[in-house]
Formats: sequence, C-alpha cells, structure tokens
Amino acid sequence: MNEKTVTFIVDGKEIKARPEQTIMKACDEAGVYIPRLCAFKDLSPFGSCRVCTVKVNGRPQAACTQPVGEGIVVESQTAEIQQIRRNIIDMLFVEGNHFCMFCEKSGNCELQAMAYRLGILAPKFPYMFPVRGVDASHPDIFIDWNRCILCARCIRTSCEIDGKNAYGFIGRGPHKRVATNSSAGLKGTDADVSDKAPANCPVGSLMYKRIGYAVPIGCRLYDKNPIGSDIEMKKTT
Amino acid sequence: MTEKSTMKTIHIEPITRVEGHGKVSILLDENNVVKQARLHVVEFRGFERFIQGRLYWEVPVMVQRLCGICPVSHHLAAAKAMDQIVGVDKLSPVAEKIRRLMHYGQMFQSHALHFFHLVSPDLLFGFEADPAIRNVIGVARKFPELAVQGVMMRKYGQEIIKATAGKKIHGTGAIPGGVNKNLTIEERDVFLKDIDQMMAWCRSALKIAKDYTLQHFEEIKDFGSFDSNHLSLIRADGAMDLYHGNLRAIDAGGKKIFDQVNYNSYRDYIAEEVRDWSYMKFPFIKSLGTEKGWYRVGPLARVNTADFIDTPEAEAARKEFKNVTKDKPNNITMAYHWARMIELLHSGEKINALLHDGDLQGTDLVVKGHRRDEGVGLVEAPRGTLFHHYRVNENDQVVMANLIVSTTNNNEPMNRAVSRVAKDYLSGKPQITEGLRNHIEVAIRAYDPCLSCATHAMGRMPLEITLIGHEGQVLERKAY
Ligand code: FES
Ligand code: NI
Repeated sequence: MNEKTVTFIVDGKEIKARPEQTIMKACDEAGVYIPRLCAFKDLSPFGSCRVCTVKVNGRPQAACTQPVGEGIVVESQTAEIQQIRRNIIDMLFVEGNHFCMFCEKSGNCELQAMAYRLGILAPKFPYMFPVRGVDASHPDIFIDWNRCILCARCIRTSCEIDGKNAYGFIGRGPHKRVATNSSAGLKGTDADVSDKAPANCPVGSLMYKRIGYAVPIGCRLYDKNPIGSDIEMKKTT
Repeated sequence: MTEKSTMKTIHIEPITRVEGHGKVSILLDENNVVKQARLHVVEFRGFERFIQGRLYWEVPVMVQRLCGICPVSHHLAAAKAMDQIVGVDKLSPVAEKIRRLMHYGQMFQSHALHFFHLVSPDLLFGFEADPAIRNVIGVARKFPELAVQGVMMRKYGQEIIKATAGKKIHGTGAIPGGVNKNLTIEERDVFLKDIDQMMAWCRSALKIAKDYTLQHFEEIKDFGSFDSNHLSLIRADGAMDLYHGNLRAIDAGGKKIFDQVNYNSYRDYIAEEVRDWSYMKFPFIKSLGTEKGWYRVGPLARVNTADFIDTPEAEAARKEFKNVTKDKPNNITMAYHWARMIELLHSGEKINALLHDGDLQGTDLVVKGHRRDEGVGLVEAPRGTLFHHYRVNENDQVVMANLIVSTTNNNEPMNRAVSRVAKDYLSGKPQITEGLRNHIEVAIRAYDPCLSCATHAMGRMPLEITLIGHEGQVLERKAY
C-alpha cells in the first residue's frame, strides 16, 4: 500500500488517488466517468472545453486539469452540473455545421455521443450556420472546418505524439480557429497518413480520406454503449 | 388581343395523397375552354450547390437528404456513380446482391405504400366517391385486412432496407465499390419467415389492380390518357431490370427509338428543356426534339419496354397486361397501377430468390480500382429512371453534380394528364368543382410523383389549384 494516498469524495463516493493525479484521472481509475471532449488519454491535459466541469468544495473547476486534494468534495452528476455540460455541448453544435445524418463520423463522434449521453435531443440555441470550408488538398487526409470544435487534440497530437507541428491556433475569441502550418493548406504541411492526429479528432473534422462509411451502422463505436461506458465498466475491478 | 388577355387560369391545391406538394394551374380562354393545364413545382436546386466541394464518398449518404420518401434510390444511384469514380465496373457478387436486395426492398415498400395507402381508396370506392370515405381511413374501416396488409408490406420492405443499409432512412450500406455489410443468417431468417405471406399479399394486390382495370376499362381507358414514348433501363437480354441495365426508349407503338445505350452517354440521347413557367425541367429524347421527344418513365414504361420479366409470376402477369393492348405498349394513364403491382410481385419474387442465395452471406464486400474523375449512376427507382452524374477533382471533391429525378422525367406526361382531365371535366364551367379536383388528383397520383425530390428540396412545399381567367385574373384559388 502506497502511503502517499489522498482520499476525496465524488458524488458521495469515497475515492483514493495518488496526489499528483487530476480529479479526472483518479475518477477514471475508480470507474467514475466525468464527461469530456478536449481531454484525451494519451495527451497532456488542456482544460479548454469545460465539459468536464465539476464543483470542488462548491466551486466550478475543470476536472481534467484540477489536481486531487485530501478531503475535497467533488460534485459531478448533479442536475446543475449536467445542465452546464448540456449547455456547452449545445453551443458547440450551433456554432459549427454539424449534420449528423450524413456525417461519416456519425456513430464514432464524441460530440454526438456526448449529446446522446447527456440527453440532448435538439439544440436550444439558434444555429449560427457559419460559412466554413473543406481543406481536401492533402492526398490522404482532409479537414472539414464545419465540424471543428477547437479542442486542440489535433494540435497536441501532432506535437506530442506525431512529433510534428502540422496544426496550430490562429485568431482570438470568437475568431479563434485551427489552421494548418502552411499557407498551401494541408498539402503544404508534413502531415501524413501515418499520423495519429486524425485518429484523435473527436469529431469529423480531421479525417483520413476514403474511409467514409466502411463501418456499418450497428458496429460503430457508440452504437451499442454510450460514451464513457468503457470507464464505467472498470467499476467492478 | 394578346395571348395573355384571352386566357383564364385555375390553380388547384393541395393535391392530397401524392408525396410532397405541387401546384396546378388551369388556363382558360374567353369561352372558358381549357387551353392548358400546368403542374408547377417550385424547384429549389439547393442540393447541387450544397454538395459542391464535398468528398465523393459522402455523396451516397448525403443525397438521401434530397428526399425522405425515396432515399434508397438516391443512395444507390449515387453509389453506382461513385463505383465508377473509384474505377470499379463490376462489384463482388455479395455487394451486387446486397444492393439489389436493398433496392427490391425499397421498391416493395414504396409500391405497397402507394397502392394500399394512396391508391386503393380510389379503386375500392371509385374516384367519384365522397372524399370523406375515399381515403385510407375509409379503407381501414371497410377493408381492415387490406389496410393491415399495406402496413405489414411496407414494414417488411423497410426492414429489408434497414438490414442492408443500416437504417430505414439515411442508411450507409452502399459505399463506393461495394457495400459495408452482408446479410447474416439470423437477419435472413427473419425475412424468410414472412416471405410466403408477403407473396400471397402481392398476388392479391395485383388482382385488385388488374380486376379494377379490366372491369372499368371503358371509363378509364381515356382518363388522362395519351400516346407517349417510354423509357427505362433494360437488361442486355431485354429483361426488366430495376437495378441496372442499358437505356431503351420506345415510341407509343412499340418501335425502338434507341436501345441498349450505355447510360454513361445519356447526355447524347437525353436533354432537358427549361420552360419559363416551371422550375422543373422537361427532359426529352434529343433525336425527336422537345415536341415529340418527351417520354414516360416508371412502372407503366418499364412493363412496356421489357421484352420479358425474369421471374415467372410477374412474367405471367406481364403477359396478361400486354394482352389488353395486343402486345403493343399500353398508353393508359390508369394502367400505371396495374403495372406497379406487377412490379410489386416481381420485387417479391426477387427478394425471395435473393434470400435463398448464399452469396448474401459472403464476405467479399468491396472491390478497388483506379480513380476516375467522372461517374454516372442510374437506377429504376419506384417512380422511374433516376439519373445521377458527378465530376470529382483530384482532391476527391465533387465539382459537378447533375440529377434527373424520376418525377422530372414524368413532368410532361403529368402535365398532359392534368390537361386532358381538365379539358374533359371543366370546359364551359369556370369553377373548381369537387369532381374536377378529384379527377386531377387521381390522374397525378397514377404517376406516384415525388414532388419533394423533383424539386431537390430539403423539405416539402405547398400545392394549390388556381383558375385563371382570360384576362389573367385569378377566378378562384382553392386549398383543401
Ligand atoms: S475535458 Fe476538461 S476542459 Fe475539456
Ligand atoms: Ni423522392
């Protein structure tokens, strides 16, 4: 038994963690799923989407970046926090152009799966219908800007895993967007079909070409079990 | 006097029991005689623009947005075009048969829905009957077993679509070069269990349509009727083939205008005329010109163009059908219903045969080839020949799309049918009577138009009937 253990409470349940862990990591290991979009298992925490919002001793915090602490009281599955998460997902839907019914990521999309998990049936905010394009210049990868949710998982994967720098943010506030590291678009970057970055995009924005709908409906990632069930499955162990 | 000042127009809206919406206007001269009737559809070419720049493999799924009524036909026509884009001219047997099963499932559910829910009230009660009982509720009251059959047959076809495409609408089953799933033994057995019942119901539906046509032959033979050319895909040996083939066009007497034309060169044979009063184009056979080149598509045209049907029961039914016109093409508008039920039976026979074909459990789903930049895909959709044509750039993006949907192919025939009916039932009395409205509806419904996809719309649109007088004034406008 490691003597460096902290104990804290999540939704009334006692969880033990190592002190260097984030709340999300500790909860994952304990089989307690906290919804998330920008956090990704193989990447360093980023803390941008706020879908993982929890209340720590009554104050809202991002569970993916907030370290655990001895005796802290974390609220996650409360009605209030679930509503905050729903609002964030709702806003992500309306500020892009997400057409799930024909999107090839449908069924494998974390944004869509999160909406289902949180019980969002129709967006409550007005659609913004931004005018955005597609960068199909690369022979094997494409970007559909309509579906980007600015989670930076492509940027971080390119740096941290692929050892490249193919993508980056430009602009600020509402003008912020992901750009390719070349004025010639994707084909001008060193992005390659062997990169992990497209695989780590949670939505249908950065994609490998010509995969399309190869996986039939019924066999896709979230067709049978809701997002997060892999973590909740661990509960028994 | 100018042309305009000698005309009156009647508009009728909405046409009940057709899929989608449209608008009919009837132009009268100063003696209140019908000069012309026009079926307007407010065309909205949103779609061709919408898919500009999209990736080619998305198209077979995206095109289903065109129409919630016949999405599978668009799915398959686009997939066939994309087969050519990925350089595949021959699918694996599994893929070809899974797609055919999906297609026959669509044909089955569409024809069953149209017949039982939209047409049977006219045939069972007579189209003079009070609209208050001449509807699907009336059928359900008086012939409850028929209403149930309609529902069950529709469901059967839809479940086939779901098993092959993944979903009843917006499925993904057909992908460039093949399909993404086969049919498991368990899935197959569900359909095998009910196929005999389905076949029995197909036969009885066919009998209703045939008996009606023969018993009322004198009154319907001229109803909204006219001679026309007929066009469809045809198999190399002249058999009816709803999924694939070459183009054949025949004239009203059965003479071939062209035959076994590879549909990739459809543009050498078919052109589309634009008329100032309609956003829906008027396709015609180029060699005959706009005046003589228009044609019918759909069940009537297909039974007319086919030399034979390759399933025994439908072939026997076809022969009976052809006997009525002494083996010449049938040009009677109301005969569409009988022809449609022959196809329903044929689709049932095809489904039955496919369910017994072990290839459906095969695993060789996709074939690969060398990329091309242009692809054309045609299918015989429930409502007629459906054309999809795309060009794709070197980045895999669609740069050109041209669609001629089944209902557009029947544009001129539908206008003729409405004109004929308007002339027969209106002339002399400048008003929209119940009888006029009913007869116009019945004539249009024979073509089973899908106005929602004819307009390439993302939704539905209203339809009205307006009567316009000889000075261009609106005499009457009716919405029901
Ligand atoms: S998952 Fe924590 S902020 Fe995005
Ligand atoms: Ni349609």
